[in-house]
Amino acid sequence: MDLTAVIIVEILYTIASLIIISSGLAVIFGMMKVINFAHGEFMMIGGYATIIAVKSGINIYVSILIIAPLVVGIIGVIIERLIIRHLYGRLVDTMLATWGISIVLIGLATMIFGNTTEGITTPISGWQIGDYRINGYNFFIIMIAILIVSLGYYLLKFTKLGLIARGAMQDPNVASSLGYNPDRIYMTTFFIGSAFSGMAGGILAPLVGLTPNWGTAYIAKAFITVVVGGPSIITGLLSSSTLFGSVNQIFSFITTPVWGEVALLVTAIILLRLLPKGITNSIFRGKL
Amino acid sequence: MQMNRRKLLKGATALVAASFISKPTFASGDTIKLGSLLDTSGIFDAYGKPMDKTARLAVEQINASGGLLGKQIEYILYDTQSNMALYTQFGKKLARTDNVDVMHGGILSASREAVRQTFRKRNIPYFYNVLYEGGVCDRNIFINGITPAQQVKTLVPAAVKKFGKKIYVLAADYNYGQITANWIKKYAEEVGAEIVQTDFFPLDVADFGSTIAKIQTAKPDMILSVLVGGAHISFYRQWAASGMNQKIPMASTTLGVGNEQNILAKEETEGVLVAYNYSQELPNALNQKLLADYKAKYGSIDDLHSTAVSHYEGILTWAKAVRQADSVKGADITVVLEAGLSIDTPSGQMTVDAKTHHSILDVHLCEFRNKKMEILESFPQQQPLDTQAVCDLIKNPNDNQQYEIKI
Repeated sequence: MDLTAVIIVEILYTIASLIIISSGLAVIFGMMKVINFAHGEFMMIGGYATIIAVKSGINIYVSILIIAPLVVGIIGVIIERLIIRHLYGRLVDTMLATWGISIVLIGLATMIFGNTTEGITTPISGWQIGDYRINGYNFFIIMIAILIVSLGYYLLKFTKLGLIARGAMQDPNVASSLGYNPDRIYMTTFFIGSAFSGMAGGILAPLVGLTPNWGTAYIAKAFITVVVGGPSIITGLLSSSTLFGSVNQIFSFITTPVWGEVALLVTAIILLRLLPKGITNSIFRGKL
Repeated sequence: MQMNRRKLLKGATALVAASFISKPTFASGDTIKLGSLLDTSGIFDAYGKPMDKTARLAVEQINASGGLLGKQIEYILYDTQSNMALYTQFGKKLARTDNVDVMHGGILSASREAVRQTFRKRNIPYFYNVLYEGGVCDRNIFINGITPAQQVKTLVPAAVKKFGKKIYVLAADYNYGQITANWIKKYAEEVGAEIVQTDFFPLDVADFGSTIAKIQTAKPDMILSVLVGGAHISFYRQWAASGMNQKIPMASTTLGVGNEQNILAKEETEGVLVAYNYSQELPNALNQKLLADYKAKYGSIDDLHSTAVSHYEGILTWAKAVRQADSVKGADITVVLEAGLSIDTPSGQMTVDAKTHHSILDVHLCEFRNKKMEILESFPQQQPLDTQAVCDLIKNPNDNQQYEIKI
């Protein structure tokens, strides 16, 4: 009984962390069709921003939820203005450019912080569930994931900003003929996407040892989640995260974490074979 | 090609510059050349940089005391940038172009194997001063790093005595982790303990939530961590975050090798039991002097780890052999070393084992207290039993391979 509760919490936690690490990419790749290979490095910078902020005495939640997104969002906008904006609509070129950016960012982080592991401790202590103790921070991550999904849904569905953004992504010419500046809208969207990536890094920072190339461990998972999710951003993110998170954790419990990862990748391959355009292209069609 | 004044000037400058850069390096004869290959940049630089620092310190100290055989030591280091291909390239350069008298260096086992034959062919003695999985059998190489048998033989019985008989092993999924896990099993069974489960993790696994729940289901008396590298540090953090560090004690064969305790919080390492050849807390005078000298030269002793110290000790061992042999030739110093050369070092006495060219050394059982490795007990002069089981250079002086040791 207690073990079932623990397993359910772990599954929810894995789903939540997939949502968190993929949300920034879902915006940048899912909405803007920019293959952002530097997504992992955006997370890495968010992680470092959080660690530095915490070490200089700022409250850890402020660091994670405000400072990390803000720092990475600003860096994202600078990169967008200098490089990405010249490449909209050129899918392969964005991939090459962002790959280069990712290498540069890893190099810069290595120069600034050195090639060593950095870290801070988790702010929430362990929770007792029957005979078991679990990481209390898991609940924080689950809460944030719920918050991200509901906030995203609300923004896109019910606000004028969301409507304009979706319109501009669909057809920038029409949006511009209606008096909106697609350039400005793209910049704002890229800012929001980068900020989400930065927050993801900040949230994970207390759980891991941070190194300059830490982000590369997450990039594949984030892309798989977004690609398998398909064209609908929120529904796609939610459905693919739920599927992969459950598969990964159930296999991890039955066997080892290695087989959990294998099961996740096998599921992804089968799904892409059956639904090459993603879950939300066939099921949940037309949802947001 | 058309030649004009500008091009001519450019060419001439390049020629002059080139003659400065590649100044002839062949035998000057008035120095002894100590060649080294270390990763002082890239992902292994946490190991390599302090090794380079202690090597420079050792060379400086030997030179200050008059050098060896009346000559100064010249330290020639190439940064292999954590890239195995560069070991082969720079190894050849050291052996053929620089004509070094001795080689100290290499960090990963892969890097050692990449250059071992190059130095053997040129009869340049090679000192590999890093802890590793054991089994190298080659008369040209001398190894003073601690091997799994020396470490695990000390750690496991002590941990069983202290914590209990049910052990849950978490190990990194590559040869070091696999081999060490086998040794843990062997020594656990010898003292009547039981391995309830062994889980292997690839080096990039950073999420241990399900593992922590599984450990609680298995209810072991202790966990034994053979985890390696930056991603695996997450385990200690998540273990403490779940509060389990208060409930199930931990021993480790790896925590502290890269000075992980400086990154982790105090409560995340508190009470973890480890066994190494060296701890900064060793009270002997040589260690106090090393710490003082290192601090005077580099400002801080935070990055000084056991591997850097054994690198320092490898150089001192070689220097002692050169003095006794009154020669730098490989054949001459090998005779002296094989006679069982013994030297007092910061980590205790080190004696060369003639049979394996490994080191008979002191192993210190330590516990992390307030981020420091406090010594609980020292086990003097532990034999490299693993390599001794397969390698006998007295009987087979021409042996030249790394054995996989069957347990």
